[in-house]
This record gives sequence, structure tokens and C-alpha cells, in this order.
Amino acid sequence: MKRRQFNKLVTGLAAGVCLTALSSLSVQAADPLKVGFVYVGPIGDHGWSYQHDQGRKSVEAEFGDKVKTTYVENVAEGADAQRVIYNLAKTGHKLIFTTSFGFMNPTLKVAKQFPDVVFEHATGYKMAKNVGTYISTTFEGRYVAGYVASQVTKSNKIGYIASFPIPEVIRDINAVQLALNKYNPEAELKVIWVNSWFDPGKEADAANAMMDQGVDVILQHTDSPAAMQAADRRGKYAVGQASDMSSFGPNAHLLSVVDEWGPHYINTVNSVMNGTWKPKANVEGMKEGAIVIPSFNDSIPADVVSHAKELIAGIKDGSVYPFAGPIKNKAGELVVPEGSSLSYEDLEKMNWYVEGIQSDIPK
Amino acid sequence: MDIDLITNILYAMIRTGTPLLIVALGELVCEKSGVLNLGQEGMMLMGAVIGFIVTLVSGSLLLGFLLAMVAGVLMSLIFGLITMELSANQVATGLALTIFGTGLSAFIGSDFVGKPIDGLDPIFISGLTDLPIIGRMFFGQDLVVYLSFILFGAVYWFINHSRPGLILKAVGENPHAANAIGLPVFKTRYLAIMFGGAMAGLAGGYLSLAYTPLWAENMTAGRGWIALALVVFASWKAERVLLGAWLFGLASILHLVFQGLGFSVSPNLLAILPYLATVVVLVILSSNQTRSRLVAPMSLGNPFYAKG
Repeated sequence: MKRRQFNKLVTGLAAGVCLTALSSLSVQAADPLKVGFVYVGPIGDHGWSYQHDQGRKSVEAEFGDKVKTTYVENVAEGADAQRVIYNLAKTGHKLIFTTSFGFMNPTLKVAKQFPDVVFEHATGYKMAKNVGTYISTTFEGRYVAGYVASQVTKSNKIGYIASFPIPEVIRDINAVQLALNKYNPEAELKVIWVNSWFDPGKEADAANAMMDQGVDVILQHTDSPAAMQAADRRGKYAVGQASDMSSFGPNAHLLSVVDEWGPHYINTVNSVMNGTWKPKANVEGMKEGAIVIPSFNDSIPADVVSHAKELIAGIKDGSVYPFAGPIKNKAGELVVPEGSSLSYEDLEKMNWYVEGIQSDIPK
Repeated sequence: MDIDLITNILYAMIRTGTPLLIVALGELVCEKSGVLNLGQEGMMLMGAVIGFIVTLVSGSLLLGFLLAMVAGVLMSLIFGLITMELSANQVATGLALTIFGTGLSAFIGSDFVGKPIDGLDPIFISGLTDLPIIGRMFFGQDLVVYLSFILFGAVYWFINHSRPGLILKAVGENPHAANAIGLPVFKTRYLAIMFGGAMAGLAGGYLSLAYTPLWAENMTAGRGWIALALVVFASWKAERVLLGAWLFGLASILHLVFQGLGFSVSPNLLAILPYLATVVVLVILSSNQTRSRLVAPMSLGNPFYAKG
């Protein structure tokens, strides 16, 4: 090859590269933002993953063709998750939500390899330059549910179907008991652990076992609407979890504590598009619209509904906080004195019952 | 514990044991013919989703249950074709069937999540339902539970006292000998596989139409696997399958009832008890080779090649 020819070639190549770069830049401006979602369960669980997917849909509805969303469901926590997250990052997704606690380390590992991709991990506590976290404060909703339950129960026996003894679940049981302590100390809270997030048969069994023992209001921290159905069949009350379960028990359904991930997802997409996104720990609740109680059963007395709405307003403006002192533990010792309260960091580690709960936390 | 509570526990025991009993009876017949089908979970889920959709659309529970069984049979025929015509490994094929059924049922059912139906109601028999303790247990259940009693009787009689039952066992013990004396090995095994599929479909339909009248992905939550273990636990005897299914039902109910009563037994410990018992029995059975040979169908899991 002669020198001139070579120069020509180089110039041509350089021009080509520049052109490509330019065109890709201009295309990029019009390109939709690709947003990936990783779910631990099936979107058909009518619970946790289902609600996250509702959030994804509201992102699509909000931004139209300015975004392109992708989701991967039923992703096992661990090595498989890392592969899935890596693939999403590799295929041009610039914002990736990983929606289960066990995705924490895989998310951080992939985030290191893709510094220009934004990651947000739900319910975790580790962050990085391009990794933020988000979690919702379900206990606010449960406190309101506990108040309503304390007012409508006739037998003064309230049941709680619990999944696994982790801080998040223990915290929510405590929130209900604190509401009972305040509004109806006579009421007893029966807790049954079913060792599963999702087993409709077992959840129904637990509901029936409690109703056999005189329980007339059932709360749950498991994901299927089976307990709601069981309560409806026997003319008792129940509180829905994660999604609106009113269709499963029109008479039994007192209220549902619904996780709305949409507002957070929309805000995050906005900030990524504007370039204002920064990693932070987002703790969102009723105030931010992340926890919603869409409706109250018509059979709840009007004064109870109006007080429940006052509680919600109070939680929103900060005047009501379920974990404000004084709080005693199960043994009756004062743990949180008057005037102070448990911080969110304290709640993340909660491994003790408050005063009034009869049973023990399983070891 | 008062009488009412005991009555309720016994009632729930039968109810909880029923889906296990139905699947396990189907698998028992299937294994008696020498075929090990590990696809129970997949067939149950297909039965559950098809039964639910049919009932939701048509409004007929009967049609729902029937088509749930048909779905189970169709699934079992996939297994039958692959293991019988192509002589594929039964264990691998069964596992594949479970994975396939889990995925396919989720796909078909995705539009039907979160929709309620009116489930099957219990039928009370006047005079009998009000009997103390055993009244609700045996006479306060729904139609499928009553059907499971009849099914148990039929399977028991079929295996132990009928000539076709003898053929079934002959095929399961030694298909070549059975073939040599002119018994229809293929036909027997196909029918056994299809019966297993129908029972799995029925049990799946029971879950989505009566037990918890809703559809949700993977709603069987491992009951197919428990039923498989039950058949081994029962050392391939129908009466022990019945006992095992109801015992498992009792164990899973008691651990909920005790918690409600405030007993401080670790629920984790109680939850593993049924599985622990199964493992222990399996170990005991397999420790003595001649013993395990006596109870398991001799050619269980072996494909049959017709010679000549």
C-alpha cells in the first residue's frame, strides 16, 4: 500500500467513525431510555412481584415511547441473578431495578462493571456510586389496619398470618400490636407462622385454624388472597396485603395495604432522564404515595373510618408515628422512652416483640 | 382443647389431606405398573389452571373438574409417549413434565390472576353432620372429599382383589414375563399413566376450585412432590397412602393450631416434621435391600422394550 493511499484510507475511516459517532449521538437523543426490572417471583403472584410490575406499567403509561421497559421474572436469588442483571446492562438498559433483598450483592457486582448504568435495589442496605436503594414503610399501613381491626373485632381476637421471622415482618406485627395497645388493649393478637411467602393452601389453613379459635379479623404478611377468601366464606373480616384484594372477599375485606411502586419508578426515570439522579436510600411511605389504602369496607362504622383517615393524614404530615415512645418490650421493660422514637435503622434490625404479644418469635 | 376444636381439627385434617390422597392414589396405580412419573406437580398445575379458567368462563364447576382431569390426562400422555414409544428415561421425563407444566400453566393463566370464583360448597348430610367429633370430618365435606373416599375404596379393591389389578402388578413386577404370557404391557402402562394424570388433574382442580378458589402461579406449592414421597412412605399400599395423606394433613394443621393456642414450639421444627418422617422411613426402607425389594414394584422406573 502506498503512503497516499494509506492516508486516504485513514482519513476516510476517521470520517466514517466521526459520522457514525455523530449519527449515533443524534439517534441517542431520540432513543427511548431502556429500563430493566428483575423480579424474584412470577408477575402472576397477585402480590409482591405483581405490584412491582404494576409500577413498571405505570412508567410505560407515563412516558410512552420515551421509555422501553423490559422485565425478567422468577429470577432466583444468587448467581443466576447476576447473569440476568449483567445481560440487561449489556443490552443497553441504562436504568435497572432489582426488586428483592437477595439481589443486593449481584446488583453491586454488575454495577461495578457498568459505571454509566444506574441501578436501584429494593429493600437492601448497600449502595455505590451508581446504586441506590428503595423500600416502602408498610408498617404505616399496618398500624392503620391494626386500629380498624381493634374497633371492628367482637371477639377481641385478631389473627396475623406471618411468613418468616425477619425484621420487616416482626416490625409490622409490632405496629399492629402498638395500635391494639393504644386503641383496644383487651384485644389479643394471635400470630401464626406459615414459613412461606406464598402457599395459598397453607394460608387458608392458617386462617381457618385461627377462626376456629375465635379470631374474627385476620391480617397477613403473606402474598396470596386465600385468607381473604376463607374469611369471607365464614363471615369474618380480613385485611389485604401488597395488592388490592377486595375482589376476593367483598364482605370480608376491611381494607388493603397496597404497595404502589409507580410513583417511585416514575420519579427515578425522570431524574435519570434529567441527569439529576444521585444514589440514596429512598424510604417511602404514605407521604410519598408508596403505601396506599384505596378503600374502606362500607360496614366499618363511619367514625372509625374518619379516625383511620385522620391517622393516615397524621402519618403523612409526621404528627403520627407508630414507633414513637414510650414502647415496652414483651417482658415489660421500657425500651423506647417517652419523647424518643425508633429510627428507620432501628426498625431494619428489629428482632423483639413489643408488650402485649403472647407468643415468642420462633428461633 | 374442647370438643369443637377437635372436631374442627379433624375436619381440616381430611380437607388438607384430600389433594394429597387423590394425587398419591393416581401415582400409586402408575407406579404399580412399573412407571415412575415425577411430573405430578406439573400435571396438577395444568389441572388447576384449566379447571379454573373453564369454571370462570362457563360458570360450571362440574365442567371445570372434568376438563381439569382431561388436562391431567393429556399431560400424562406426553409423558407416556416419550417414555413408552421413545423409551426415554422416566425420571428425566417426569422432571421435564413438571417444569413444562409449571411454565405452561403460568403462561395460560397469566390473564386469570386476581379473579375470584365461587368455589365448591360443602354438602351437609342431615343427621350425620351434627354427630360429635366425626360428624364434620366425614359428613361435612364437599363432593370431591366424598369422591376421594370412594376413589380410595375403588383403588384398594382394584389393586388387591381384581383380575385387572393382578395384571397391573404383574406388568410392574416383571413386564417381560407378563409380555411372554400375553398380557398387554403397553396398554396396561398407558392406562395406568393416564389414571395418574386424571387424578393429578382432579387434585389440581380441587385446589383451584374448592380448597382456595383462585388461580395463582405455582399454587400447588410442592404438594405433588409430597404425594410422590407418600407413595414410597406407604410402601405402595393403598391403605397406607390413605393413612399417610391424612397424617400429613394432621401434621400440617396441628402446627398451625398449636401456634394459635400459644404453644412455643418452633414452627420451623413442626414444619419439617412430615418431611423428616418421610426421609427417615425412606432410609429405613432402603437400608435393607431385600425389604425394599419386597415392597417396591420390581421393575419400577425401567423402560420396557418389546422383543420380537
